[in-house]
Amino acid sequence: MTPERPMLIEARGISKQFGGVEVLSDVDLDLHVGEIHALLGENGAGKSTFAKILAGVHSPTRGTLKLNGQTVDVSSPIAAQKLGIALIHQEPVSFPDLSVAENIVMGRQGGGLLSRVPWATIIADAERYLDMLGVSLDVNRPMRGLSIANQQMVEIARSLASDSKLIIMDEPTAPLTPREVDTLFAIARRLREEGRTIIFISHRLEEVRMLCDRVTIFRDGAHISTQSIDSISDDEIIRLMIGRTLKKFMRKHVAEIGETALEVSNLTLPGLFEDVSFSLRRGEIIGLGGLVGAGRTDVARALFGVQPAASGRISIGGSDATIEKPTDAINLGLAFVPEDRAGHGIFATLPVEHNLTAAIPGKVAPRGFISRKVERSISQKAVSDLSVRLASLRQPIVELSGGNQQKVILARWLLTEPDILILDEPTRGIDIGVKAEFYDMIGDLAEAGRAILLISSELPELLSLCDRILVMSEGRVTAELPRGEATQENIMQAAVPRSGVAA
Amino acid sequence: MTDSAQSAIRELAPARPTWHVVLVRPETMTFLLLIFGLVGASFLSPFFLDASYILRSFTLTAEMSIVALVLTMVVISGEIDLSPAANMALSACIFAWAQEAGTPLPLAVIVGLLAGLAMGALNAFMSIRMQLPSIIVTIGTLIFYRGLAQVIAGDRSIRVPDSFIGINTIMIAGIPLPVVIFVGVAVLLGLVLGTTVVGRQIYQIGTNQAAALHAGINAKRIKVGLFLVLGVVSAAAGMMAASRLGSVRYDLVLGGELQMVLMAMLGGTYIFGGRGTILGTFLAAWLLVIVSTGMTVANLLPAIQLTVLGILLIVAIIATNFIYARTQR
Amino acid sequence: MTFLRSILLRREAGILIMIVIFCAAVGLYKPQFLTGQSLRIVLLLTPLIMIGAMAQMLVLVARHVDLSIGSMLGFSAMVVGLMYREIPDIYWLVGFPVAILTGAILGLGNGLLVTIFKLPSIIVTLGTLSLYRGLTFIISDARQINRSVIPTELKAMSRTSPIFDIPWIILIAFGIAGITYVIARHTQLGRQIYALGSNPEAAPLRGIDVTKVTLIVFTLAGALSGLAGILYASRWGFVNPSNTGAGFEFQVIAAVVIGGVSINGGVGTVMGTVLGVLLLGCVAAALPLLGIPGSTQNAIYGAVILIALLIDRSVRQRGMISVAGAAK
Repeated sequence: MTPERPMLIEARGISKQFGGVEVLSDVDLDLHVGEIHALLGENGAGKSTFAKILAGVHSPTRGTLKLNGQTVDVSSPIAAQKLGIALIHQEPVSFPDLSVAENIVMGRQGGGLLSRVPWATIIADAERYLDMLGVSLDVNRPMRGLSIANQQMVEIARSLASDSKLIIMDEPTAPLTPREVDTLFAIARRLREEGRTIIFISHRLEEVRMLCDRVTIFRDGAHISTQSIDSISDDEIIRLMIGRTLKKFMRKHVAEIGETALEVSNLTLPGLFEDVSFSLRRGEIIGLGGLVGAGRTDVARALFGVQPAASGRISIGGSDATIEKPTDAINLGLAFVPEDRAGHGIFATLPVEHNLTAAIPGKVAPRGFISRKVERSISQKAVSDLSVRLASLRQPIVELSGGNQQKVILARWLLTEPDILILDEPTRGIDIGVKAEFYDMIGDLAEAGRAILLISSELPELLSLCDRILVMSEGRVTAELPRGEATQENIMQAAVPRSGVAA
Repeated sequence: MTDSAQSAIRELAPARPTWHVVLVRPETMTFLLLIFGLVGASFLSPFFLDASYILRSFTLTAEMSIVALVLTMVVISGEIDLSPAANMALSACIFAWAQEAGTPLPLAVIVGLLAGLAMGALNAFMSIRMQLPSIIVTIGTLIFYRGLAQVIAGDRSIRVPDSFIGINTIMIAGIPLPVVIFVGVAVLLGLVLGTTVVGRQIYQIGTNQAAALHAGINAKRIKVGLFLVLGVVSAAAGMMAASRLGSVRYDLVLGGELQMVLMAMLGGTYIFGGRGTILGTFLAAWLLVIVSTGMTVANLLPAIQLTVLGILLIVAIIATNFIYARTQR
Repeated sequence: MTFLRSILLRREAGILIMIVIFCAAVGLYKPQFLTGQSLRIVLLLTPLIMIGAMAQMLVLVARHVDLSIGSMLGFSAMVVGLMYREIPDIYWLVGFPVAILTGAILGLGNGLLVTIFKLPSIIVTLGTLSLYRGLTFIISDARQINRSVIPTELKAMSRTSPIFDIPWIILIAFGIAGITYVIARHTQLGRQIYALGSNPEAAPLRGIDVTKVTLIVFTLAGALSGLAGILYASRWGFVNPSNTGAGFEFQVIAAVVIGGVSINGGVGTVMGTVLGVLLLGCVAAALPLLGIPGSTQNAIYGAVILIALLIDRSVRQRGMISVAGAAK
């Protein structure tokens, strides 16, 4: 403890398990009073989990937290608020129908349910806090309809109202315009001068460099390094973020690449992605890399007609295609294994069988009536082809493990005999053994002449499976790397938004 | 994301034994209750050992039971409709009013059915097209349809022609026609729900509409179709009631929405969609007849049945929620 | 003045304008509509609905709905009626705490079912709608409480009061509206109800005890229905097990949604609700004058609910567009 820079937070051995998987292991971190501290790391590196533990959203499985030298128990968001820790979400949680002023004070007032609401004080306080931030907002207007930037300002005003000493900003700048970012940074610096500590989570190195004093890098749930921002280069940061040992998985055969299956030009959906162009050939696996929120899933959804693009051209097998709804895409030979398996993939309580055949009604019911025999034989073949482990085809699919659920969803789409397969994070949340099976399957599919678009946040996965890798950043394709040239470094370089790229 | 990570860790579960799957189903409970009710009731009165007595009693609620079968499909698809009882009244009033005004009987029937179709269409427009919650929408249309029936019929009862009266006295192999129709509709809908693609997709939509969309299932079209069918069937049921009663008043099956929802819930249909069977509602319809005739035979006030219905509804929902929570791991 | 706020204001101003136009139009056709006498009729038609509407408003703002309000009214009225019949010597004012307490217990029952079993309030209250009505038959033995049983003082409350001869029940109804305004606007409880309805997921994060607030809302709705129950006995002089309060919930919902209370929770004002009630009252009073049968009233209520739902939706959509626009 240096005397001129007292400690605000001392975290020791913070670990967090979710259902047996350790997502954060033994993290030690010190935060000084009056510093802006960046947390950096790949998707899933544990930085957001750590932030949520500080803010009482999650409680750690192990480890201790000290605040101003005293051990504290941050058991809930309310407890965190009382201790002066505030978490500003990217898209803040608010009560849209209540006024700005009420959103600033809600949860802070004491008193019983029948005690009076001191409107005059509330409004005066709210105005004062917003004034401190240099924001002019009508505090009597409802939250609904406020811009994201202003909602964040209200959240920050909230943290001032509870006199927070530690303010955690989780990727606050992603939805903001450059001017709004400037305003936010000015405010952050002012808060630092007042002696408050800020944790700043961002993917944008440029912003981190502009704003922060120190930077901590997370990787695979572990604390890797904490350094002063002036003593570390961008390249060094990126190296530390990815530096995982590359357990390279090798495709058995690289498939023969055939004619063009899918060609996308200038696909645009304002706010999500812009000007995306690429072509995909039979037998080819194209990887789509980038950070969460880069627009990769949105491109996939647009291709499959879940949320069609506003402009741009899609051609399939050489002719122009109109895809307005998933049925159009299916008829054109597309298949899409979505990222959110529970929300968009499985019918949780329905039998495995019904999940398998959901996309091929014509095959199991040639004349509108389902033939149990046909369905059973199709299903049996599908589960044995992909070696799905299950007790019975009649079992509800939720009873299967994640990996086996995913196999069922993949099998559902293989049954449609697609020419083009879009796989969105197909191996997320799947254990290592099953992952290897998936890699084999994906390789085999390409070999069988299918065109595959693989979205993945795992760099080794992209590097070992793909013939080409496209990298997206903030809605645009920022790099196209052939198999031979792609490395973890140059993918990450293209994925992390930096000056010149983000503009 | 953490949720999916959590669910991914779940071990591969051993299959539940078949007896367990069969026994822990709400329909099984309904069936056992039905047997229990029959035995209890036959102690109460020997009438209950007389099948024709039960069948005659059933004609009193056959119309609502038929509608409840279609309503079951709507609930499985993840929507609800509280307006069918009002639809029955309005369709019947329009039908009676049309034939009273001189429209030939077959044409009047068609007018009644079209009215029902239009009412289904309004429900579908508000809940599917305008994406308002169907439960609130159909409270609005329930008041609206019932109000229109009141406008048409006022406080009087409109007589229907003698040739149209007496559907419940027509016997087919000793079984009243309404009961035959009910059984027929149950078989038909059971087949649709159990053996056709559309039936399969109704369950899929109700289980997870987003996943259904991603699998290329046109949820909106199916739901609109269900509302339309429910509208037409309600109209047909309304006219059956008119035939049984011989006249039509605006308060025909007043409050019947409660009984229809109750039949579906008591048969194990899950209020949040995705689960339920025609068989369950079929059994529940008989169970309700046993319960209400039992109470009548026991000389309990008819109005007390309201209390019992209300309690049954709440208990049925709690029980099905509980059973489904246990089997969904 | 911001966008949505101005719409809400416009909503209340809009209802007011509708009332004025409606009354003017009817008045042109039938001048006797614009007399103090018909104002009295309008006001006498509305007190029960006004009280019920305050109850339903609080429930809807909390993102629930209570369909059992009419049955709670009927049951409470019957309990009071039986009390007056069985204990004729009882001081007549005792009826008020008895009715309110009875209603509160029934409302608490709804609240417990909703919070303990996590059931949708609309289905629970559809069940208790029937359950409470049936109980009314059971306790009354399906017999009506007649005029002679209801204390004269109670009946007199619907005719007069010392204050400008305005009947007590009108004063009580407006008093309840005033109290509801204070609760909704100026107590922590009221603000927590709005917060809960506005964003139920965020409410616990801000230290709101969701279970407690939900229970209070349903209990309040029951208590107000109970009060409406005894006023029913005052107004009509009898209590009938099947008619008293039947269909009341629908009139109340109509009034509330016209008044701009959102079915999606979080939105609604006492002012709007009062105006919604008055508009319905004007319509009800005008129908007989215009020679339109009273039987059209329910159809009008139903149509009005549907239109209000559509308006509510379009307001919400415009609100969403402005959010999206701002995010750009």
